[in-house]
Amino acid sequence: MKILVCISNVPDTTSKITFTNNDSEFNTTGIQYIINPYDEIALAKAIELTNSGANGSVTVITVGEASTEPTIRKALAIGADNAVRVNANPADAWYVANQIADYVKKNSFDLILTGRESIDYNGSQVAAMVAELLGLPSVSIAKGLSVEAEQASIEREIEGGKEVVSASLPLVVGTAEGVAEPKIPNMRGIMAARTKPLEVLEPIEVKPLTKFNKYSTPPARGNVKLIDENNINELVNLLHSEAKVI
Amino acid sequence: MSVLVYIENTDGQLKKSAFEVASYGKDIATQLGTEAIALAIGDISSDELTKLGNYGIAKVLHVSSADLKTFVNQAYASIIASAAKQHNASIVVLSNTFSGKGLAPRIATKLEAGLVAGATSLPTVSGDSFEVTKTAFSNKAIASVTVDSSIKVITINPNSYAATETGGSAQVEAFNAPVESSDFGTIVKDIVRATDKISLPEADIVVSAGRGLKGPENWAMVEELANVLGAATACSKPVSDAGWRPHSEHVGQTGIVVSPNLYIAIGISGAIQHLAGVSSSKTIVVINKDLEAPFFKVADYGIVGDAFVIVPKLIEALKAYKGN
Repeated sequence: MKILVCISNVPDTTSKITFTNNDSEFNTTGIQYIINPYDEIALAKAIELTNSGANGSVTVITVGEASTEPTIRKALAIGADNAVRVNANPADAWYVANQIADYVKKNSFDLILTGRESIDYNGSQVAAMVAELLGLPSVSIAKGLSVEAEQASIEREIEGGKEVVSASLPLVVGTAEGVAEPKIPNMRGIMAARTKPLEVLEPIEVKPLTKFNKYSTPPARGNVKLIDENNINELVNLLHSEAKVI
Repeated sequence: MSVLVYIENTDGQLKKSAFEVASYGKDIATQLGTEAIALAIGDISSDELTKLGNYGIAKVLHVSSADLKTFVNQAYASIIASAAKQHNASIVVLSNTFSGKGLAPRIATKLEAGLVAGATSLPTVSGDSFEVTKTAFSNKAIASVTVDSSIKVITINPNSYAATETGGSAQVEAFNAPVESSDFGTIVKDIVRATDKISLPEADIVVSAGRGLKGPENWAMVEELANVLGAATACSKPVSDAGWRPHSEHVGQTGIVVSPNLYIAIGISGAIQHLAGVSSSKTIVVINKDLEAPFFKVADYGIVGDAFVIVPKLIEALKAYKGN
């Protein structure tokens, strides 16, 4: 089975998010970048499904500039067999999805995995866009995935429950928690990653359709009103008459 | 020109988020001086669909067919995109639900439309410029996004735009759209729904607990508190990682982002990743034994003390309040 895992280079989850250039750009100063946590789940699942390369191969693809290479190397250290970097700024989901779809057209895959969303722009767009561009089925928020004889069974998250969905390969799946446990690279993996192939491709021409042009941080929340633990009724009264939520 | 809104249902009942989408679509239509049309797919009664009239929708297109009773991502997207074309929609609005996340990118691709996923406010339109705010960096920021395509697709986060009753009635029309057999790439084999549970993303009140509860055997009081309040239950990441609670209850940056009216956090210290997932809650109550817990900095109300003493007392106080 040939699997493509789409990874995104995102700020570490502990990052303090600030902006620069008149609040029009994310301030990257001092930011540590990581593989998008949901993409790590996709990668772990791909390695599991191919039995660490014994039964197929895992290619990772990212659309990003040269600065994303440490993140790609980490994916190789975790266990991907080879990597592709489309050398461009990932302007928007439409731009990224078109780059990935173009690569898939030229190099066929049985399964294309992404994380359910990236933790920076939170779009959940790329999986279903890639699928639509390629005319493939997709499940955007999967919490379980198994593949047997070209047939996939996916647990799809729904409000208040889950749906069990089946689909034939090739297929695009956006993975969430529950699909696999992220893997930590070991020393051998880190050494091997240095020599695994990382191909750099130039992007195809695509006009982005959206632009993030201004940021703000959510308003600071009010001062906490502390209530004595022996006076619980006061909390109930405040929730009713002041906050008006019960 | 028109605004098309996609209406979701659960077993024939319109979802709460469906009315939010209806109001949002209606308000954009008013802004643009046009009308909002709704589209619903599935086994839904006309009585149920006419409820949308009360939220400013004049016309509801209804697609009902045996093979579309359950969610078929590609087929639903094809139908919504063809309705958008037929009704000359310049804006298509969906809810940013699990299904909406699967549909919106496909519809946007079919229409070559820019997609803003997770919008939190009405767009600002002036001349050719179209700008919408959305949450970014997992709720740590708000971004203003401009859309350059002639058609725009917007998904709105559940609980972020209030459904407003306007009075009025909607006319329901059958809608037929061609669906290709290739649109049936996914087949629903089973639906498992916890019927006694309130859906977390849409809940008005969420009761959440963390490692301070010491073990899964202590969740009964969390569930009882949720029960008294009609709330959904949730948890922090360490709790779902430890397998004390299912992943579907994990609220935070890498879990579910919620924006209820009331979020009650019990025994959760308030790591930055957790706070990102709850910071748009309207009111936050924190119960923690440690006054230095970072969660108190973003809370509206706090009680410092032992959760095992406080929560049972709170349950009693709420029962007394509800009793009156």
